[in-house]
Amino acid sequence: MDWMPALSRWVHVLAGIMWVGLLFYFNFVQTPALKAAQADGTAGGIAKHVAPRALWWFRWAAVVTWLAGAALLGKDFVAAFTLQKSHLAIGVGAWLGTVMLANVWLLIWPAQKKALGLVPASDAERAGARYRALIVSRVNLALVFPMVFFMAAGAHTAVYFGR
Amino acid sequence: MKNPLESLSNTVIIGLVLTAVLYFVVRGMLGA
Repeated sequence: MDWMPALSRWVHVLAGIMWVGLLFYFNFVQTPALKAAQADGTAGGIAKHVAPRALWWFRWAAVVTWLAGAALLGKDFVAAFTLQKSHLAIGVGAWLGTVMLANVWLLIWPAQKKALGLVPASDAERAGARYRALIVSRVNLALVFPMVFFMAAGAHTAVYFGR
Repeated sequence: MKNPLESLSNTVIIGLVLTAVLYFVVRGMLGA
């Protein structure tokens, strides 16, 4: 067995499941649950005990996924990110994943820190941050569909593009 | 105007449409 690509692919898929799984959890479960919980005054527990833990695993799973993906690309890293024809499908997937990682760390996490009261913020700032976190999280949810498609296509180009 | 990404179902539709658009773009670039 060629250990490096085998190990990096395994870690990439495992961490990716956690990252995308938590993205699905935030969008399909937690956001509507928080809305319902705010209506009956029970949102405090989710905001205090669930969301910060989920966000910790979410943002670090994103980092591990990206690093393992970069290791998996290995010598093909530059060819993928410069969208060479030979690496076009995986390159598109890699760029989508990179944009998603940047969204997590540069936009979602700073907004969530304010929204959840982990850093000082006025009520108006908190409301704005909550909306910003929702919209950027939705951007990542939209991007996950082509990202996973092109990740799979990168490994099975003949199946997806007939070549 | 309401942001379409506020709706979960709209977001899923946008993701699927984006996938289809990118698929045809990449297919065209590959000459497949």
